[in-house]
Amino acid sequence: MSDLFQDYSEAAGRTGAYDEMFAPGQLARKSYGQVAGALRELSLTDVSARADSMARTFLDRGVTFDFAGEERPFPLDIVPRVIPADEWNVLERGVAQRVRALEAFLNDVYDKMTVVSDGVIPRQLVTTSAHFHRQVHGFEPAGGVRVHVSGIDVVRDAAGTFRVLEDNVRVPSGVSYVLENRRAMAKGLPEAFGQQLIRPVEEYPRRLLSALRKTAPSGVDDPTVVVLTPGVFNSAYFEHTLLAGLMGVELVEGRDLICRGNRVYMRTTAGEQRVDVIYKRIDDEFLDPLQFRADSMLGCPGLVNAARAGGVTIANAVGNGVADDKLVYSYVPDLIRYYLSEEPVIANVDTYRLEEKEAREHVLDRLDELVVKPVDGSGGKGLVIGPDASKDELEALRKRIIADPRGWIAQPVLQLSTVPTLSGDKFGPRHVDLRPFAVNDGEDVWVLPGGLTRVALKEGSLIVNSSQGGGSKDTWVLADSPQVPVEVIPRPTITVRERVSVWPVESNWRDSQKEQQQQQQVSAAQEVTANA
Amino acid sequence: MLSRIAESLFWIGRYVERADGTARILDVHLERLNHLPMEEQRSVAQELLAVMGARAQNEDFGLPELLNALAYDKQSATSIAGSLGAARENARRARETVSSGLWESLNTTYYGLNQHRKDVVGTYRFCNWVLERTAMVSGLADTTVSHDESWQFLVLGRSLERADMTARMLSTRDVLSAGMSWVNMLRCAGAYESFLRTRRAAFGDQHAAEFLLLDRLFPRSIVYALRDADECLAKLDPSAQRVGFINDARRIVGQARTFLEFHRTDDLMAELPEHMERVQKAVSQASDAISRKYFNQADELAWVGEVS
Repeated sequence: MSDLFQDYSEAAGRTGAYDEMFAPGQLARKSYGQVAGALRELSLTDVSARADSMARTFLDRGVTFDFAGEERPFPLDIVPRVIPADEWNVLERGVAQRVRALEAFLNDVYDKMTVVSDGVIPRQLVTTSAHFHRQVHGFEPAGGVRVHVSGIDVVRDAAGTFRVLEDNVRVPSGVSYVLENRRAMAKGLPEAFGQQLIRPVEEYPRRLLSALRKTAPSGVDDPTVVVLTPGVFNSAYFEHTLLAGLMGVELVEGRDLICRGNRVYMRTTAGEQRVDVIYKRIDDEFLDPLQFRADSMLGCPGLVNAARAGGVTIANAVGNGVADDKLVYSYVPDLIRYYLSEEPVIANVDTYRLEEKEAREHVLDRLDELVVKPVDGSGGKGLVIGPDASKDELEALRKRIIADPRGWIAQPVLQLSTVPTLSGDKFGPRHVDLRPFAVNDGEDVWVLPGGLTRVALKEGSLIVNSSQGGGSKDTWVLADSPQVPVEVIPRPTITVRERVSVWPVESNWRDSQKEQQQQQQVSAAQEVTANA
Repeated sequence: MLSRIAESLFWIGRYVERADGTARILDVHLERLNHLPMEEQRSVAQELLAVMGARAQNEDFGLPELLNALAYDKQSATSIAGSLGAARENARRARETVSSGLWESLNTTYYGLNQHRKDVVGTYRFCNWVLERTAMVSGLADTTVSHDESWQFLVLGRSLERADMTARMLSTRDVLSAGMSWVNMLRCAGAYESFLRTRRAAFGDQHAAEFLLLDRLFPRSIVYALRDADECLAKLDPSAQRVGFINDARRIVGQARTFLEFHRTDDLMAELPEHMERVQKAVSQASDAISRKYFNQADELAWVGEVS
């Protein structure tokens, strides 16, 4: 290893976490062989020049997130996160299983609630969830799917086991960075790509579009899909534009839409055009001022009624938030057993439900050792890490927990796995998580091979959110086929088609003479060298 | 205007467009090539070179040789450096007629050719730089040269070369037939987003090829480029004939364009190789006819004499 990795093993030892790249003793794991080889060839100047150029490309392309009103490039680290095929197969199954269970749970919750009457989950827990919306109770959404797109956050604990940290089935974001990261890495670290098959991510927009079209209201032959964005000031606006662009559909704001007769239309220069599927990237609360916040300027009045009447598909469905409530999260393994009669493939992180008296007392005694999270938060908001918090913070937290035990959960502090990350003039271990994305078209749950690996750029930090100083890594899933010698890899055959001739036969005597001359020349391109 | 100057302008148009097209093709395909195992990389590199109109000299021709042949080899008119050098040479011969903006941007480009690392990462940057420079050259030509006869020659060269380059982009489909070939074809032409916006769900080789070949509104499609060339030829030689054409170039370009535009087919992909071959042939014939008519009349006269 070059001196870029000089102090690495020592620093990695300090964290006590599982390192994705190196086994103890600084031996590169098998899946990282090629990456380690490529990095070994590079000097510090090379690495920082490439890192700079990648950052500049991101800024040029507008791959930014909005932070406190300022556009910032999303930092991409040069060392990818590599997942070997066998580990990925487990993750893929686990993610798909979870999505199917949550889908079934949501259908049940907004219908008969058998899960409650069968005693799997307390009724009160469901009805007190901030995102349980009675407005959408009692109807099956057009197309029959509620969780079209989901992002299931997983982490690897110190023992190297993957665990689910949280589910995102409302508006999971970040997939645009997956697409952009791969493009940037292909140009930033080309040496690491050859010789191994990395599963492509570029089919995501097509998968998404086909799932959205498939779940259109029945009777629509050629559905019109739109992406609904809150507007340019949203932190994920870049992602909305990218997805709309790559799917080739319109990106609309609430004011572009009109609801009439339980159908949705968009205003175009050619008059009103019917919209069949809305890929919703705004929060439920802002979607429909008739049903939710009356002061919302972002939504369109009447959407919920249109969805209820089956005139439009809203993806993801309204009211999904009840499924990614963090207290419901603690029941997901039970939900998997209840709905699918399967054992969970990926375990949860141990979670204390603070509503239960014993657990609460236990937690309140050990606040300084645990992570406490609000149940409906996202983006790392409101989360308190016990060991890092001051006495005052813990005291304030204690009061808030006692005042609203339903609002919080507690988990042990997990030492998230680490990946080498460029920091200053060397690589240091930094903690990462992983958000695989799943697309559900009603028949099949497809999991994008890879997902978004977020990395906490500050040494020792466990918070990977971009709004709190996180960056990202390209995530490579190695293909299944074992590393066979390259000669044996079958070359994709060029289909031999029979030559058909459709152009008129050249009859002009001058042309045919030219043709003879042509055949003696290799090509037009060489011919023109005569000029220069 | 002088034939010699007209010829120079015609070739500035062609060479700049060729550098632009080659940079686009290289940029996109380099990404693919890099993901291939060594042995396969070699054969794909050779096929790619063949699409660009040159033949590998030996069996060992691989990625580094491809980079040299398509990007850096100043001796070859197939390469980006060769094309830009030739464009600059032509501008130097016509320096008193081209605007100083156009000349300087070509000249600066020429001197910038050496300032890049010739490895894979450097080549990506090189390609991007070339695209910026060629866009600048076309922009300056557009805004600082009167749109008179000389301008028509420049645009004529550019349009013909563009048709030829798009044909080559389409031919790269055969080179990397695994995976997302149509996405690559479109990205080569910078047409990906434009294409997606015209299709609601119908993606695939056939539609992408159709778009690059036949679209009437996308400026890099072959039909569009040939129409541009046709219009230039009409403006250069406005003599209205009641019947037929005495201008060979117009006949060749017009025949190719109308054939494509009005051609109806059920299996475009099967016919694609022939279309590409004929388009490239038409471009080179038209280029010859233009040079016989406008640049090299002596040759033309001698030739006619032989017939009579």
